[in-house]
Amino acid sequence: MAIPTTTATPTAARALTRRQRSRRDSGDLDPGPVDAQDTAQRRFLRHVILCGVALLMMYPLLWMLSSSVKPDANIFTEQGLWPSEWRFENYADGWNSLQHPFGHYIVNSAIVVSLSIVGTVVSSALAAYAFARLEFPGRRFFFGLALITLMLPGHVLLIPQYIIFSELGWLNTYLPLVVPNFLASNAFFIFLMVQFMRALPKELDDAARIDGCGPFRIFFQIIAPLCVPAFATTAIFTFISTWNEFFSPLIYITDPNLYTVPLALRQFMDAEGQSAWGPMFAMSVVSLLPIVAFFIMGQKYLVKGIATTGLK
Amino acid sequence: MAVMATEAPQRASDEARPAPSPQRRTRRRRRPIQWAGYIFLLPWFLGMLFTIVPFGASLYLGFTDYDLLTPPSWVGLENFIELFRDPRVGQSLIVTFTYTLVSVPLSLIAALGVALALNRGLRGLPLYRAVYYLPSLLGGSVAIVMLWRQIFGTRGIVNTFLGWFGIDGPAWVSDPSTALSVLIILNVWTFGAPMVIFLASLRQVPTMYYEAAAVDGATRWRQFRSITLPLISPIIFFNLVLATIGTLQTFTQGYVLSNGSGGPAGSTLFYNLNLYIEGFSRFNMGYASAMAWLLLVIIAAFTAVNFIAQKYWVYYEN
Repeated sequence: MAIPTTTATPTAARALTRRQRSRRDSGDLDPGPVDAQDTAQRRFLRHVILCGVALLMMYPLLWMLSSSVKPDANIFTEQGLWPSEWRFENYADGWNSLQHPFGHYIVNSAIVVSLSIVGTVVSSALAAYAFARLEFPGRRFFFGLALITLMLPGHVLLIPQYIIFSELGWLNTYLPLVVPNFLASNAFFIFLMVQFMRALPKELDDAARIDGCGPFRIFFQIIAPLCVPAFATTAIFTFISTWNEFFSPLIYITDPNLYTVPLALRQFMDAEGQSAWGPMFAMSVVSLLPIVAFFIMGQKYLVKGIATTGLK
Repeated sequence: MAVMATEAPQRASDEARPAPSPQRRTRRRRRPIQWAGYIFLLPWFLGMLFTIVPFGASLYLGFTDYDLLTPPSWVGLENFIELFRDPRVGQSLIVTFTYTLVSVPLSLIAALGVALALNRGLRGLPLYRAVYYLPSLLGGSVAIVMLWRQIFGTRGIVNTFLGWFGIDGPAWVSDPSTALSVLIILNVWTFGAPMVIFLASLRQVPTMYYEAAAVDGATRWRQFRSITLPLISPIIFFNLVLATIGTLQTFTQGYVLSNGSGGPAGSTLFYNLNLYIEGFSRFNMGYASAMAWLLLVIIAAFTAVNFIAQKYWVYYEN
């Protein structure tokens, strides 16, 4: 990415630096190599196609959003996205139409999600530090073991784990959903953090050791603060996957008081006869809002995390 | 930056072979730090107990008859033999394989196509990327599957749209011949995650290759086939393996679309949904464990086939 100095015309040079400035300010990936064969028409055509596909991608979401403020009678008959008649009461109706106000389930999910995030970040960071920076017998073997667990489909462990949790009396509590997170159960995040920590200069540790720091102080005061981007990626991914998680709560939680948002949302479908579509879509929108909010806030980390490691 | 550059090779060699003077290292470093490693790994060790013990237990349960209430009784290979006779297992395998074999290639082609279009000095790239990526974050949620049910309902928006062209759309969700395709469309819609990975890998291809090819008069298609495709083939392979493993384990989509039944007529009875029904509705825990092991073998087989096939199409630079 050399900046042409002598051969470029002043305009070209200015355009380039402006682009670089905006790139630096947004902290984003660069917009890609500029193609010499690219004509204005081609670029325009590409934008038209990309916009069209983007609209198609967004259409279901926009349709959901617009249906959430339409009267039931209009949802399937009205063709436009813009409601001819607004019914914001759908949100109030949906909020109150289940056994508890919808806020109750949001609080439940928030408890599970926040504990899962804390557990995953702390336990994965500890394990990653040991694998990345400390020397002890069996380190390579244990790290290999951690990587093998990445490939194990969760359903193989499902039934014995269910039996263990039920023997422990943990059914209908959040413990089966939360405790595994405190035990670094997702090796993917260990791997992500190990990669991140290995890129930090080892002189940091050496200098701290010479100054008399033990491994615990080195970790908490030097390594951990530098790993905040990796922690943020982990936290965002944990948030999204736990918020969406349907299977584990379905198995472990049968008490409707303890339902998380996905379980609560599905109840709208059990009561299908009454066809309260508007309120159902309203609460669907509510259930997606936290993910969209996190996505907007954490886009930079998310894209980096996924681009370097490839997680769904 | 300079520190990291000199650091990397040194660390790499550190890993590759034992340190040149083991005695001195032992005295200076390993001693005081040795135990710390295990302390940091304590939570992980506990977690491994919750992994290794169930792993063994699940294999054992596969050979038993167990309903959670009475103790497991040994039945030998009976569960595994039954797996091959059970028409529901056959049906769920057909559903799962169809879903995987159709939706994985389609979503990877969509991901690569959009990544290629986005990889050309484009204004508004972050916005496009966000729009294309967002569905893959939402796609696994119950809300979206419920939305899909309505969109593809008998009088849903898709059939309204088809009606404009005089096409009488099927009753997508309640028709066994189309119910699975609704979920395939949902899966293809979430191509954003592999797209972002493709986009990052396309940036790694040196532009001078294209410049040289353009000078030689290579067409766009030729450049794509001879430069882009070989250079990003490891990433295609990576995405292919990940997506295959992921789709083989689909559950929520089938459960929510069919209200937990796998219907209509078993057309959305995903393997994991069938496993859930056997284990947690019919309490055949032993049989469900055997099913889980069959899935493990299937996933391993798919992955092995991918790894063997890669020799013929994945290009590694060294």
